[in-house]
Amino acid sequence: MWRPDLYLNRPSILLAWLLSGAGGVCVAAPLGLPPVPVPADNPITEIKVALGEKLFRDPRFSRTGAVSCSTCHEPAKAFTDSPLETSEGVNHLSGTRNAPTLANVAYFKQMFWDGRARDLEDQSRHPFVNPVEMGLADRAPIIALVRTDPDYVRMFREAFSKEPAEIGMQEIMKAIATFERTLLFGDSPFDRWYYSGERGALSEAAQRGFKVFMEDGRCQSCHTIEPAYALFTDNRFHNIGVGIQRVERDLSRIQSAWLTARARGINVDKSVLSSGTSAELGRFVISEALDDIGAFKTPTLRNVAVTPPYMHDGSLQTLREVVDFYDHGGVPDATDPVSDFVSGGIRPLHLTDEQLADLVAFLESLTSPAFAGLATATKGP
Amino acid sequence: MTIDSNRRAFLRHGTAAVAAALLPVTLVDVAQARGVEPFTFAVLSDAHLQQMRGAEFVRSWDRGLRRAIAEVNLLTPAPDFVVFGGDLAHAGRRDELDHGAELLSALRAPVRHVVGEHDYYLDLGNAWSQLFGAQWYSFDHKGVHFIVLNSVLTDAAWMDAYSARPRERMEAVIGLGQAGAPAFQVGDAQRAWLAQDLRVVSKPTPIVVLSHAPLQRLYRGWNFWTEDSDAVHALLRPFDRVTVIYGHVHQLQYSRVGNITFFSAMSTAWPYPYPESYAQAVDVLPTLSIPENRADPFFERDGAGWQFINLASVKTELYYNLYNNPARSVIVNAHGDPEDTTYAAAAGRVPSQQHY
Repeated sequence: MWRPDLYLNRPSILLAWLLSGAGGVCVAAPLGLPPVPVPADNPITEIKVALGEKLFRDPRFSRTGAVSCSTCHEPAKAFTDSPLETSEGVNHLSGTRNAPTLANVAYFKQMFWDGRARDLEDQSRHPFVNPVEMGLADRAPIIALVRTDPDYVRMFREAFSKEPAEIGMQEIMKAIATFERTLLFGDSPFDRWYYSGERGALSEAAQRGFKVFMEDGRCQSCHTIEPAYALFTDNRFHNIGVGIQRVERDLSRIQSAWLTARARGINVDKSVLSSGTSAELGRFVISEALDDIGAFKTPTLRNVAVTPPYMHDGSLQTLREVVDFYDHGGVPDATDPVSDFVSGGIRPLHLTDEQLADLVAFLESLTSPAFAGLATATKGP
Repeated sequence: MTIDSNRRAFLRHGTAAVAAALLPVTLVDVAQARGVEPFTFAVLSDAHLQQMRGAEFVRSWDRGLRRAIAEVNLLTPAPDFVVFGGDLAHAGRRDELDHGAELLSALRAPVRHVVGEHDYYLDLGNAWSQLFGAQWYSFDHKGVHFIVLNSVLTDAAWMDAYSARPRERMEAVIGLGQAGAPAFQVGDAQRAWLAQDLRVVSKPTPIVVLSHAPLQRLYRGWNFWTEDSDAVHALLRPFDRVTVIYGHVHQLQYSRVGNITFFSAMSTAWPYPYPESYAQAVDVLPTLSIPENRADPFFERDGAGWQFINLASVKTELYYNLYNNPARSVIVNAHGDPEDTTYAAAAGRVPSQQHY
């Protein structure tokens, strides 16, 4: 059984679930997850995983020497920075987005809430130089460090057969992505009940909640469950009504200013994390399609109970607030006006109080054993 | 903003980068050479606002129209005006038309209205005309002559039979594929008016006809039909460049007959035809149909949308903004034919939903 506390002290425990295979190792997916997709040009090897983890946890790649990838994706917090609403980088600067979990990130088709990175490798290069994350002016110090630190020199040589002068961002990105690809967490009570037929694994309330999830709650249309596995995401982008209200009144000016700035070559990554207004344009900042205004990626629901707060801006504190939000058709209070831009999939559900409570019970059954000891979101009324 | 960045922003709104790259960079010059100032207008159509009781209307249809309005208000550069292509109401009730007029009042651009059969057949367009004025009229805008027709009239004998039964009259008209539904026509009086209107229009002047029914005889089974379309075409034949934009069909259609290019407008409410398992009947599709990429009925209004039109160049360009679907563009090609180069190729399509 994989546990964060063991993991923190003894990283070698990781090797227990790495199985040797031709040209790298295969990672055995836990119950409820499909085989791990691995890019052909970046096979998983044990040394690369160890190297990626070392890079991931190393705060020296930040301007202040105090922030690493693991600052906001802390293994002991299910790879989030719960309970922060939005993440804090160097000098406690706040960004605009809630840190998504890296658990099972291997399966996501686009990275970041707006999908502005196409894969894990691409994603990993951005936070180093984002002013509100790790804050480096450029990536030169990263490369300088890995070319001189004896541990890194040894590990890069072993992982990539490259001498110090040959190490570049590509190798660093591949190593970090490889480590992240091994963060697989299934085997939840739901998985044991649904995929292993363990009848006692799920409480009665959670079983009723599963029915609501699949039917009246309309949840699984986006948070998908397949016959053989469940990722709880459709890997698509939807405007569900979060954040758009903050900018809707001034949307015409904001989106027009964005298009002008983008045409002039603005840095998308820096802009969306430092500007609260353009951040709320969501997927639109990439696609520039009107249908994507205020649309954000469907996150997985695995381990959701231990990763509050919720939504891309961390604006909802409890799972009960989340299910109420959907029940109201994309607004926190039933009487709030609904945004004109909300997706056609979001509509008032008229669930009963019991159905809503059951739904929360179901969501709480998606926690993997590794995180079972973590505090869960406080239940609302 | 410079014209360049304006135009780029405008193009990015409506179309994939590939389509944008195909557009002529001489857009403005070409237009000036023809005496047409560049401009765009947006078309919203077939909102089908439907009253349940009192102030309660079908939520999905309301939200489809609201979304279109909100999106049109974001267009950069702003459209000069907006056309509403008909079927604002579903059952033709005054409450529905009032509700629609109120929603449309959120548009920042002025609105030109076309009457649809759902607006018309309860009270012969009386409530509609009180709100929106004449049912056929023309106007000029930046060198383009616009003609608005009521193309949902029908023959007098059929109307007489229903003169005392307005609700039955409406029901007889609005059921698609229903036996006994009368064929739509423009009619003698309106064609006489059209001939008169066109007398003062010069041959090179671009003409845009706004109609609810297709002004073609496409498919009688669904009443995608204008009985006297040949006579209307004959009146339009002398002109160099005629564009017809019509609603009614809730699907993306484009075609060309001689000098006339036809484009449909999408509905903001729902796409047609329905998946077979929803319609509970085998549907006969007209030949040449490409199944619509309505992939997911979970998303209400998936496949619905609205469009905006660029008349600035010799090529008329229509951009279809589709909810929950990639935007599409139909552009008149070098042969003068309207073409959706991305979606017409089988590889560019999204497989159609087969069940509901």
